[in-house]
Amino acid sequence: MKDRIVLDASALPMHGMGAASPTWWATCAFMLIEGSGFALALAVYLYLMSLAPSWPMEAPPPDLWAGTWLTLMLIASVVPNVLVSRWAHRRDLRKVQVGLVVMTMLGIIPLVLRAFEFTKLHIRWDDNAYGSIVWMLLGLHTTHILTDVVDTVVLACLMFSRHADNTRRYGDVQDNCMYWNFVVVAWLPLYGCIYGLARL
Amino acid sequence: MTRDQGARVPLDVDISDAELERQLKETWSSKPGLWGAISTVDHKVVAGRYIATAFVFLILGGLLAMAMRLQLSQPEARFINPDRYNQIFTMHGSTMMFLFAVPVMEAMAAYLVPLMVGTRNIAFPRLNAFSYWIFLFGGILLWVAFALDTAPDVGWFAYVPLAGPQYAPGKRADLWAQMITFTEVAALAVAVEIAVTVFKQRAPGMSLDRIPVLVWAMLVMSFLVIMAMPAIMFSSTTLILDRLVGTHFYNPAEGGDALLWQHLFWFFGHPEVYIIFLPAVGMVSTILPAFVGRPLFGYMLLVMALITTGVLSFGLWVHHMFTVGLPRVGESFFTASSMSIAVPAGIQIFCWLATLWAGKPVYKTPLLFILGFIVTFVMGGMTGVMVASVPFDTQVHDTYFVVAHFHYVLIGGAVFPLIAAVYYWFPKMTGRMMSERLGRWSFWLIFCGFHLTFFPMHILGLWGMPRRIYTYQPELPWTSLNLFVSLSALVLAGGFLVFFVNAIRSRRNGLPAGSNPWGAATLEWATSSPPPPYNFRRIPVVSSLDPLTPGENELPVVAGLRTDRRELLVTSVVEALPQARESSTTDSVWPFWAAVATSVMLVWSIFTPWAVVWGSIPVAITLIGWFWPKGSPEDES
Repeated sequence: MKDRIVLDASALPMHGMGAASPTWWATCAFMLIEGSGFALALAVYLYLMSLAPSWPMEAPPPDLWAGTWLTLMLIASVVPNVLVSRWAHRRDLRKVQVGLVVMTMLGIIPLVLRAFEFTKLHIRWDDNAYGSIVWMLLGLHTTHILTDVVDTVVLACLMFSRHADNTRRYGDVQDNCMYWNFVVVAWLPLYGCIYGLARL
Repeated sequence: MTRDQGARVPLDVDISDAELERQLKETWSSKPGLWGAISTVDHKVVAGRYIATAFVFLILGGLLAMAMRLQLSQPEARFINPDRYNQIFTMHGSTMMFLFAVPVMEAMAAYLVPLMVGTRNIAFPRLNAFSYWIFLFGGILLWVAFALDTAPDVGWFAYVPLAGPQYAPGKRADLWAQMITFTEVAALAVAVEIAVTVFKQRAPGMSLDRIPVLVWAMLVMSFLVIMAMPAIMFSSTTLILDRLVGTHFYNPAEGGDALLWQHLFWFFGHPEVYIIFLPAVGMVSTILPAFVGRPLFGYMLLVMALITTGVLSFGLWVHHMFTVGLPRVGESFFTASSMSIAVPAGIQIFCWLATLWAGKPVYKTPLLFILGFIVTFVMGGMTGVMVASVPFDTQVHDTYFVVAHFHYVLIGGAVFPLIAAVYYWFPKMTGRMMSERLGRWSFWLIFCGFHLTFFPMHILGLWGMPRRIYTYQPELPWTSLNLFVSLSALVLAGGFLVFFVNAIRSRRNGLPAGSNPWGAATLEWATSSPPPPYNFRRIPVVSSLDPLTPGENELPVVAGLRTDRRELLVTSVVEALPQARESSTTDSVWPFWAAVATSVMLVWSIFTPWAVVWGSIPVAITLIGWFWPKGSPEDES
């Protein structure tokens, strides 16, 4: 079949940002997968709670301080996170580099707090079904923090390398910021469940 | 910075077609040799392997079915002992659902969608390669376990407490659960690729109302995978945790609940049926017009029916649990929702009938399989409406009636269209036609063999024969019908044998197909058969639902793409207006190593939870190797 040229694409950019980038859509799709996972885990929590004669089962509710500090830390981290995303949009390499180092710190601190949080649940995963599901909720979310921190560290290294100053990399930084926002937002209903519902 | 904007780069303008094809071939071809084969990311090569592997699992699953039919052909037979029989029916169901049906449909999508939307490769080609290796390793895991007599023996839905730590000691149930993790990771990866390919890589001008029905079907299927598979991932993971580290999700003695398993499993398991069936709807809708000589009737209705089915499929799962003693209101609700899904299914059937009615059918093999599909699927749908009613379901639950019903909808509803699709797209994939004579033989053997095998199972079920029994007593009235079913199964197997012989012979000796042997209207027929590594010399421009018209010798295309790097067009979601000249990743061996590292971690974690900690380090290393830029032209922006 013969080609009849009707469009010229040579003036188009060689990489689109935001919704013009396939990676942005894939990040959204992965958030949908993870979000479905979190929603199901919450549904299982509510299901087990509805069956139990008392809740929490044979344990006091978890102590508030570690989880609450962690929640405040996560919410606060959204501000620098959004700033990093804006700097990436403006292709301000120096600020993005600093921002990624800061965001690495802001990812590690919640992990430290999370270690305390597990000890303040006052129940083990193998004590009863209540213990199993709270450990599951916390474990699932911890995996997400951990993955994003590793991702941020690798991205930070990349932004200090010769590959840094590239639209593609700035897009990666923005997608990473979007994913961190998701990790923070996904935590809020979990926090409500683990600490709020256990006190009703 | 724009590293090379303004620099001189080779574009696809002002050069001859032959020179352009030479340059594109150089850029898009994989290297020869073993490492080239392992590192290729061409969606056609990867999907071809996926399809071939899935059909190998179909053969293996079919052989297990024949083994079961041998055992049941006479009362109190001694061919297979009860333990082996339990493993065989579990392996049969698990293989057919997780290693054949879902993978083969996704693989068809991975092959066809990029061609049908007019792009050069699937989105995230390396993820696609990773997905194949994970699928392959998961399948090998299950079958090696079977060879070692440690295959799962708890049924393909692995109900607790039977699959829990108390009643299923050893590692059999864990192997089942981890096989699930493998196949779901693979399926989720392909689903994301398909969704992004459809959203962002459609040819310019292919607005939402010009997307081929098959592509719509694959898009809805991808969303079902994305929303439903997390449920089975969650349940298989918690099952392993219950068995390995002593959690109590499914242990009623410690506040857990056995029914929770059924809810989670069927919240995935019912959409699963449509994950298999909706691609088949797309295939039928795409193939039919080519054999009746007129466009599809009711494009918009069919697309709406696809989406409606997808949404409704999440509200039906409880109809698998009618006999577990749920509240009456819940049962009524799920009866209503189960019956309501017959509405979009009916719309689809009537659209196809109208297309047939208004056209002049040419009875080639693909059309025969579609007609066989319509007959068989309608019958399966009828028994579906029957079992949607609680009193009837209570009578036939766990009998051969249910076995008959779901084989009618799964084989009739998905395998018949799939075989039609193989006959239809085989010329595109291989450049050669399949034999029409053997095609007719395979159709009549499969169609008659299928009905003779599975229709009597309805009667056996109504006569009270439970499923999953390894034998029965001679006093029961099931003997002659079981022998009849077993003999008929030979006819069915013979039909599949003819089909495979036809495929293998035609691949070498079939008549040359040319680019568009059926005179079809979708874009995959605009390129040569088999398509070159870059799919299209230039990316087509679409201005109608049927981009190809018979007799037309010209294709409107886009120019201005680079030839020295793998480049394709990214377009907007709704109107498909060009947005960017995006690069497509080069071949890489890292997805293979990432799949190896992931497999080691997953298999190891059946034995100790620490595997997740230590095993994730190699996974992270391979992923960094995968994503770290190598300074190739594809990284420029």
